[in-house]
Amino acid sequence: MIERNYHSVVLDREKCKGCTNCIKNCPTEAIRVRDGKAKILEDRCIDCGECIRICPQHAKLAKTDELSILNNFRYRVVIPAPSLYGQFKEYMNPEKILMGLKKMGFDEVYEVALAAENVSIAVRRYLSEKNNPKPGISSACPAVVRLIQVRFPDLIKNIVPIKAPIEIAAKKAREKIKKEKGFKDDEIGVFFITPCPAKVTSIKSPVGAKTSFINGAFSVSQIYGDLLKNIKSVKESDLDGTLQKASGLGVGWGRSGGENKALAMGNTLSVDGIHNVIEVLEEVEMGRLKDIDFIEAQACIGGCVGGALMVEKQVIARTRLRKLSETLAQNFAVDEYVVLKEYDNNYYFMTEKIEPKHVMKLDEDIAKAIEKMELLEKTLERLPGLDCGSCGSPNCRALAEDIVRGIASENDCVFVLREKVKELAEEMLELSKRLPPAMGDGDFNRKGEKNET
Amino acid sequence: MNKNFLLKMSFDIEGNNFNAAGAASSEIKRKLKQIGLNSDVVRRAAVSAYEAEMNIVIHAYKGVLTVTVSPGEINILAEDEGPGIADIELAMKEGYSTASDDVREMGFGAGMGLPNMKKCSDKFEIKTELGVGTKVSMTIYY
Ligand SMILES: Nc1ncnc2c1ncn2[C@@H]1O[C@H](COP(=O)(O)OP(=O)(O)OP(=O)(O)O)[C@@H](O)[C@H]1O
Ligand code: SF4
Ligand SMILES: [Mg+2]
Repeated sequence: MIERNYHSVVLDREKCKGCTNCIKNCPTEAIRVRDGKAKILEDRCIDCGECIRICPQHAKLAKTDELSILNNFRYRVVIPAPSLYGQFKEYMNPEKILMGLKKMGFDEVYEVALAAENVSIAVRRYLSEKNNPKPGISSACPAVVRLIQVRFPDLIKNIVPIKAPIEIAAKKAREKIKKEKGFKDDEIGVFFITPCPAKVTSIKSPVGAKTSFINGAFSVSQIYGDLLKNIKSVKESDLDGTLQKASGLGVGWGRSGGENKALAMGNTLSVDGIHNVIEVLEEVEMGRLKDIDFIEAQACIGGCVGGALMVEKQVIARTRLRKLSETLAQNFAVDEYVVLKEYDNNYYFMTEKIEPKHVMKLDEDIAKAIEKMELLEKTLERLPGLDCGSCGSPNCRALAEDIVRGIASENDCVFVLREKVKELAEEMLELSKRLPPAMGDGDFNRKGEKNET
Repeated sequence: MNKNFLLKMSFDIEGNNFNAAGAASSEIKRKLKQIGLNSDVVRRAAVSAYEAEMNIVIHAYKGVLTVTVSPGEINILAEDEGPGIADIELAMKEGYSTASDDVREMGFGAGMGLPNMKKCSDKFEIKTELGVGTKVSMTIYY
């Protein structure tokens, strides 16, 4: 089931106090406070999860699936994000973590880290081809892809049009099970253990594909307690060393810099944290990073280990993941030759074009947009420039824009309102001094002005 | 509909102020995006404006950057009070720069600004007078 405007990030109206923390930190200015509650502007939201992190009331939530959907499928596969390993003290024993995960009700485990190896090889090949726009930008973080659609439509051509590791993992897992176990596609359920809301949205409402190979997503924080118990109950004798297959290169994808390390080619740049990503994309847009071949851009600080739905502290999870990936094998577990053949058969490419979302435009018509721009500037001049946010828009400029777009009014600004009240009060005072013509003491005229004597 | 629409924005640029450098062209870029111009046009205008702004910051004393959007075209005008350019032909060469070592350390002075401005615009004019200042006018059709 595909919902075109699906968003994983939602608001808990009960908890929201209408403070302005989220509106001021949103990278696409997608939140307003109206009638004392935050309101997400659907077409601007990129599901990066910044608001989930910053909300002091924990009123921003990520919609994920209920574990009960496992019952809808005969054969159930779990595909854990590489970043999952860093969430547990047992990080140096990933086999144990995967066994604990499997025991939650899955028939099979397929590591996304393994598919990340396939993707690394495919991306490397893509970048080595002539005529592909430079710098290439990773498509792995869906929040970054959506950011580009909304704020940098000109850079869509730079996004490497290769599917993200989670989709390749699901595709591979399905093929394997169909072949080995004889199940049909609709009997197999594939479930992702997600670090973030952006990935959930990318499954429910894909960009670059009509449908996802994945049937559902559970967040790390959602299953953490149960998973922790399961991991503790796993005995060494339960393990046969068949679950954890990916190399250190694949596992390394879970933290920032890991993707570039696995690529091991050319002049690459790695940037993490959505606000830093925006800075870099501004540079790319101005043509100032032409000497860079590839940009690994991740919305979360530290990469997926810093995902908004993770439990462990980012710095700790990141260090653990680094240690783990350094001890695992340093060459790909997948067969490079096979991957390149698949690449030539278009196995890895996105099947749909990534479309720009022109939500920042003031109007479809340039002449009208210019009129609105002028109105916006004039309105902005009347606002105090304090960027306080009490109007419910992130800053004075955004309020001016909202007014021009017809979704706010100048009186929403407390300072403008106070000014108007003052003017009104003065006028009332003025009026109160006026007297009926028959009254008066001779010293003052009807308008309340002193008579000349 | 109004066929003679016009959007005009002007920015004062201070020579040698690297804190504010790039602010004017950022704002220009944002506004051109908001009025919905084609993204390639926005990019070319933004790059031209940025290079012109930086040349004032680096090479002149002070100046004004003016962008005018009218039907079918964008004009970018950079006028400064500054030393002027002795040899325009030389200055237009890729790689020619008189930028100081300090400025180079900040990542400028590759001698690519003027050539880039010319490449990005459909019409490019430069007038200069030694000891008085420089005037660069660029037009981009859309
Ligand atoms: N507005 C100006 N006033 C005085 N001299 C200028 C001005 N603009 C350019 N020049 C001269 O022309 C040269 C070439 O300019 P250009 O913009 O191509 O390169 P640059 O500014 O030195 O380096 P870059 O633009 O790559 O950072 C400058 O080094 C400077 O000597
Ligand atoms: S960096 Fe990773 S965790 Fe964060 S939004 Fe992107 S994909 Fe999700
Ligand atoms: Mg220059």
